Amino acid sequence: MVGKDAALMSKKQPKSGKSRANKSVEESSDGAAPRKGKNRGATAEEMGSRQRDISVSEFFAKNRHLLGFDNPRKALLTTVKEAVDNSLDACEEGGILPELAVIIEDLQPDRPATSKSSRYRITVVDNGPGIVRKQVENIFGRLLYGSKFHRLKMSRGQQGIGISAAGMYGLITTGKPMQIVTKIRSSDAAHRIELAMNTKTNRAEVTADAETKDFPPAKLRDVTAGSRSLAATDGFLSPKIFPTGTSVSIELEGRYQKGRGSVDEFLELTGIANPHARITYVPPSRESGADDEELLPADSVATAVDAGEVKVEVTSEHHGVIMFPRAVNELPPETREIQPHPKGVELGTLLQMLKEYEAAEKGSLYKFLQDQFCRVSASTAGALCEAAGATSRTRAGDVEPQQAEKLFAAFQEAKLGPPPVDCLAPIGVRQLLAGMLKGVRAEFYAASSREPEIYRGRPFQIEAAIAFGGELPTEESSRVIRFANRVPLLFQQSACSSFKAVAETGWKNYGLTQPRGSTPTGPLVILIHMASVWVPFTSESKEAIADYDEIRKEMKLALMECGRKLGSYLRKRLKMRREGERRDVFERYIGEVSKSLHHIHGADTREVYDALLAQAKKRTRQADQVLNEDGKVVKAEDPSDQEGVLVVADAIPALAQSDRSEVKDSHLEAKKPFQSANVNAKTKRGKVSANESAKIKKSKRDDDSPTLFEAD
Amino acid sequence: MAKKITKQVSTKARDVNTQKKIYVLAETVTKAALSGKEPIVSVPTRSRSNTIWNKKRGILEMGNATQDRQLFNLNQAKIFMQTLLHSGSIKDLIEADKTLSLRGMFYKGLHTVAGTKEKTFVDQTESDGILEDLEVSLTALREELHIFAKKAGSIVGNITLIDSGDEIDCRRMGSGGYAIPSIVEPDVIQFKKCEAKFILHVEKNTVWSRFNEDRFWEKHNCILTEGGGQPPRGVRRLLRRMHEELKLPVYCLLDCDPWGHYIYSVIKQGSISLAFESQRLAIPEAKFLGIRAKDYKACGLSDDVQIALNDNDIKRAKEIAAYPWFQGHKPWQKEIEGLLTNGFKMEVESLITKDISYVTEEYVPQRLKDKDWLE
Repeated sequence: MVGKDAALMSKKQPKSGKSRANKSVEESSDGAAPRKGKNRGATAEEMGSRQRDISVSEFFAKNRHLLGFDNPRKALLTTVKEAVDNSLDACEEGGILPELAVIIEDLQPDRPATSKSSRYRITVVDNGPGIVRKQVENIFGRLLYGSKFHRLKMSRGQQGIGISAAGMYGLITTGKPMQIVTKIRSSDAAHRIELAMNTKTNRAEVTADAETKDFPPAKLRDVTAGSRSLAATDGFLSPKIFPTGTSVSIELEGRYQKGRGSVDEFLELTGIANPHARITYVPPSRESGADDEELLPADSVATAVDAGEVKVEVTSEHHGVIMFPRAVNELPPETREIQPHPKGVELGTLLQMLKEYEAAEKGSLYKFLQDQFCRVSASTAGALCEAAGATSRTRAGDVEPQQAEKLFAAFQEAKLGPPPVDCLAPIGVRQLLAGMLKGVRAEFYAASSREPEIYRGRPFQIEAAIAFGGELPTEESSRVIRFANRVPLLFQQSACSSFKAVAETGWKNYGLTQPRGSTPTGPLVILIHMASVWVPFTSESKEAIADYDEIRKEMKLALMECGRKLGSYLRKRLKMRREGERRDVFERYIGEVSKSLHHIHGADTREVYDALLAQAKKRTRQADQVLNEDGKVVKAEDPSDQEGVLVVADAIPALAQSDRSEVKDSHLEAKKPFQSANVNAKTKRGKVSANESAKIKKSKRDDDSPTLFEAD
Repeated sequence: MAKKITKQVSTKARDVNTQKKIYVLAETVTKAALSGKEPIVSVPTRSRSNTIWNKKRGILEMGNATQDRQLFNLNQAKIFMQTLLHSGSIKDLIEADKTLSLRGMFYKGLHTVAGTKEKTFVDQTESDGILEDLEVSLTALREELHIFAKKAGSIVGNITLIDSGDEIDCRRMGSGGYAIPSIVEPDVIQFKKCEAKFILHVEKNTVWSRFNEDRFWEKHNCILTEGGGQPPRGVRRLLRRMHEELKLPVYCLLDCDPWGHYIYSVIKQGSISLAFESQRLAIPEAKFLGIRAKDYKACGLSDDVQIALNDNDIKRAKEIAAYPWFQGHKPWQKEIEGLLTNGFKMEVESLITKDISYVTEEYVPQRLKDKDWLE
């Protein structure tokens, strides 16, 4: 479970982040001690004696809303979110397919029904590489400590605030320390550590430290009836599945409630954007403030979606335990860390970089430019030096502020290549489809992945996917689900660039209704993912993507691509429905005709019926290919022939109905238009086709271990 | 399905013929179905475009154009099914040697299509249309299909008929007259004895009653018929048979309006929808006795009898004037022009304003005497 990955721990001391944060705190405390009249008595010395360092931890303890701990409900969610983000990052960095267990225990199950909040223990277990013992305190006990902040590399967490803040929140509200169990080698014992954060010193105090064989902790299997049953049948939290890994438990005062912005939604969306992860979620037994204990449904039969040759297990529930299955078998591509692009730095940052470079390496400006930035060649560096009024020999430390300003201006004008894009790991079209398929019960899925683009000198990449029809509500406004670096964004939807992009896209062109300036209406789920080395959030709590024109434009283009596929599908479906009706008409009369022929001519009723039925099917299919709804001749096109499209035939109402009609043995034949499963083996970067047609097979989960998407 | 009732009358030769035609129809469809070809029933087109004016014979005839009824056509699938359904019903009728009315046939074929809530026929109109199609596609007459229409039309006069073995003396029919049956073919109706010298056909029952009460047929030794507006096939067929077999001229007394002209046209040349039967129904020598446009002045009628022509009437009158059989016919062109110039219609009953029996005692006898008619 380590965003702040074990191996990389040793070298980093938070510098810029911490100092910057401290500075702002000091400034504000300066302002809080105004010098008014001299006779008030306070001397500069006395005041000076009261002025001291404020610990970042202390600051955040007082300003927890900045980090997403505004209220008990959000605190619960943020804690889960930070732990899950860290776990997924750690697994991916360790090259391990993530296997996560999220367990929320209600520690006051007998509280009165009126109490709005309760005490919960949140435990997140992963099968990541584990954390070396001496880094445990640093990772979980200090704010602004981590491996991610200083790098221009795509990852879920960025600042290294999250998990330690969650631990601190727990400590403040319950007094209970954070519990960490981590194991780095399957043969070794695990470490079990209890950490209490000292907010004054920004240091963690270890209150318990022992070696243990118990990983994953056995008592977690015994939390609910569902978890016990799963442990018995499915190896839930078995050491086999978790040979290494980390378990973090935090007790806190929180509020559990389902619906929008809930832990449930967060995990559901995480499952969609991370189809390579398998997440098992044991929710609390009841919602906070709910009058009655939530009646958990009994064993719901899991459904596997069989998309042609591709079979995906969908999200299922087992005695109240929710399982988000793994839909693809490969990890996201590994990303490279990149140097900043000259056009992406600000003047202050440039000055700071110069200062640090001087301190560390004492090289020339010429060398500095080539070393510290991407896309600066030797000749470009020479030209830039000249533009700044310096020579190639000028030492970085000797650059005057005026020169730095000139240099900054030259950056903006220079003709530079775009930053490299292998720092990005998009989810991928096929993976997006798989994620949507397992999480959203629809009949049509489309996804698109744009080529990487640049904003403010930082590469980013937009992906979009849509799911349509099936069990989705038809009358409501469509649901927009947003992700940044695979992390779901649950709040401030309307402030988000992606939401604006959805509203600005003309969905009417694709056969949907759309109120002016709003998202489309209909059975539609729209997914937008932004992958970037630095996602521009509107606030520290990372809830909405800032509205850069470049970003919004890309989002719209991705949505339009999906929309076109949907439009084509809807036209096709309309045609199919008409064809179905035609076929119905023919089939209706064929019976009567056969009987009459038998009556007059003595022909065999069944034989004539079968012959006519076969003709009816053939004819309706032919007509289907030849004519569109306007009676014009069109080229036969099957939406499932397109790239990045998935159709689940059984979820289509009209077709499913016509299939139920009398003749059962022609069941497969009737579905043929959807089975043109020509596996398209084209593999472009970021564009993997999954042009499978699909059908849902009801099958018992136990019988059917998930067959995963094969790599192209 | 059909109970075979052996009647004394053995199955007639034409029934065998009809049965064979129905069998062939079913066989064609069955073969197409089993060999994967499109099942089609070919039906001669019953439309104006496929109606030919045979100038030489003076009748309307049906052309050779046919339409394909396809099972695998959304607009025709149901009609196709209905055609076969009725074919089966007719087979039953022939085997049982019974006849059904058009309405009866509607009920015979009526049931719910298996597996749906849809009925085989929405209303009788659908059923009637199918039966007319079957007549033409099987080239069998309606009576050969054992179907009859409801009775409409009466006859009185100096003639004795045999109807299904019963002797009908049309001189002794009281005030109601003998109702002309739908099927009047020689095997049903035979002419036993006829003294009459001509036939007076009037448009409707009210006028016919006037003539019958005045014993017009007795005084003028004729046969008096009416067809309740446009005469049904039974009436037209009987008129034709009497005209042809008994050599009786036919005089028509109809209203002075486009509808009256049209009825005359149908009696004389045949109708578009039954063009295939014109040769059995049309009476090219039929004469139009009145009412004429000139009668308003000639008979000195009052303003009160005028019924203004509406736009539809004018349109219709012009259409009739353009019929090929009226087109080159100067007296008829003049007659229709006269109607349009008058600007009003006159019913036969308008003559009652002169005197109750003016029409029977003066108008018709005078016209016959003067040979003042249109042909």
